[in-house]
Amino acid sequence: MKKQLSIVLLISVFGLMAGCSSTSKEDTTGETSAAGSDKTSGADVGSGSSATEMKSGQQDALSKRVVYFDFDSSDVTSEAREIISAHAQNLAQNSNLSVVLEGHADERGTREYNVALGERRAKAVKQLMVVQGVQGSQIQVISFGEERPAAIGHDESSWSLNRRVELLYSGS
Amino acid sequence: MKKYYRFVMFLFFIFGISRTGFAALTIDITQGIDGALPIAVVPFAWSGTGPTRGASTSAPEDIAAIVASDLRRSGRFAPVPKSDLVGRPSHGSQVNYTAWRALGVDNLVVGHITPLVDGTYEVQFQLLDMFKAEQLVGYKIRSRRSNLRRTAHQISDLIYKALMGVKGAFDTNISYVTVTKNRRGQKVYRLAIADSDGFNEKVILESSQPLMSPSWSPNGLQIAYVSFGRGRPEVYVQSILTGQAKRIASYPGLNNAPAWSPDGKKLALTLSKDGNAEIYIHNLLRGTNQRITRNNAIDTEPTWFPDGSGIIFTSDRGRGPQLYQVKIGANGARGRPSRLTFEGSYNARASISPDGKFVAMVHRIEGSYRIAVLERETGYLRVLTESRLDESPSFAPNGSMIIYATEYKNRGVLAAVSVDGRARQRLQLNQGDVREPAWSFFKQN
Repeated sequence: MKKQLSIVLLISVFGLMAGCSSTSKEDTTGETSAAGSDKTSGADVGSGSSATEMKSGQQDALSKRVVYFDFDSSDVTSEAREIISAHAQNLAQNSNLSVVLEGHADERGTREYNVALGERRAKAVKQLMVVQGVQGSQIQVISFGEERPAAIGHDESSWSLNRRVELLYSGS
Repeated sequence: MKKYYRFVMFLFFIFGISRTGFAALTIDITQGIDGALPIAVVPFAWSGTGPTRGASTSAPEDIAAIVASDLRRSGRFAPVPKSDLVGRPSHGSQVNYTAWRALGVDNLVVGHITPLVDGTYEVQFQLLDMFKAEQLVGYKIRSRRSNLRRTAHQISDLIYKALMGVKGAFDTNISYVTVTKNRRGQKVYRLAIADSDGFNEKVILESSQPLMSPSWSPNGLQIAYVSFGRGRPEVYVQSILTGQAKRIASYPGLNNAPAWSPDGKKLALTLSKDGNAEIYIHNLLRGTNQRITRNNAIDTEPTWFPDGSGIIFTSDRGRGPQLYQVKIGANGARGRPSRLTFEGSYNARASISPDGKFVAMVHRIEGSYRIAVLERETGYLRVLTESRLDESPSFAPNGSMIIYATEYKNRGVLAAVSVDGRARQRLQLNQGDVREPAWSFFKQN
């Protein structure tokens, strides 16, 4: 199960990277659809589609375990909000589950400020989950600042992948 | 013979990083100062006799080369190349002043090393003024084999003081964090200390998890740092001599950014146990924490004024990180924080000069993160560097240079720049990244 999920994660990250780095329009559409569900789920849920589609949309959101942030920001984007909501529902319905929210920052700026920024990002995610009925005791917040980058480049395509909160389930 | 050589190389490969006397960090001088003082440092004479018991035909350390290299690194001196020297005097009485003046040197350093019967050494040196034809300073220093490099740095300090009017910072240490990969491709974090010229590296801690934010105790005997060794950030204080480490802060949330107070009794640090990142002062004797900041913003990266009268810290209580200062009275009473930086949208991680007049920081300009220095009295901000990912500035204890971390050819390296921005040097590892330099205080013995 864990392996499957990490493969899904990998695919979605690849999808994102393809979206960032590619400039040709034909290429972009081809690759994102191959990568699967990056953009479709949000539109489906919003337009009030059938119950089965709703469910698959939520499954897609649940399969994503990383949410991304803008530079020096801990504001949760609408895309991230949907992913967080799916996990919040899952956690609220399964009180035996718990999650570690791991906050990260890109390499720019100072290291200690970035640790605090990573914590604030993770806490913003926690806040949203608690509002949706997740017990505070199910959530643990940790920040690594810029110390554990997901991508190692020194440009925006890497930085955008590093400004993130990872959701790590435990106890399942 | 060849086999032996390969075996030695193999040993270097295994132990190289932590062996003493091995320059794990190498220094390149990337910019000197126009009008640096011409000086000649003559190789010190060696009074050791022939190949008899315990004696050797040459001195165990080339003191003159270490001194010349120190002086060159400061950016203030232009030592004459060894090949251009017009004589090999080892005492002031042997100096032909006219010849040295003709070479264009203002000052000359001569000396000799004498091995003593008890196995120690006597190092004698003189700094001579070529125009007045007189000695400016001269000392005899007793030293041991393992201490000769340090003796050379002490000589550099005395020369610097005699000619510049302020104490040199050569006989000091730096601390830093290195990141390399092991054979399995996993990251290895090391907390290391070294002489100010990168020699005598000693690894004091190794971990598979991130280490960060080393801070020297004022007496140079301990280092405070942050370790993720147990899966999250915690603050430790470690003795350099014994290696013994004590966990200082391990609260839920952040335990970060330790900064030693000038009296050595307290640590300023960042905790988020009461909600979000706030500054606290931890009393090392009593183990108590006094809360200094109180708001919804990030408050972190505290650093003390040299007289202990307050701290400067990073806060994004305005929009974006800026530096703030707050007074802290002897009785623990604290003032109201006031904003210190106004130029630019990102100013963070202050380091205060030992005289308290300048504040170095990470400053964003045109999308790049550079080291800038604020003159507190005038409010004038000078950007010292031209790279784009600079961080962790730390003043030398004599205020002459600022060491910082930067990126060079996709690797983390250290660099140093003089406060006027005129002299520059780069320190890099043979492999991997080096980051978060912290310059020690002056040694107390």
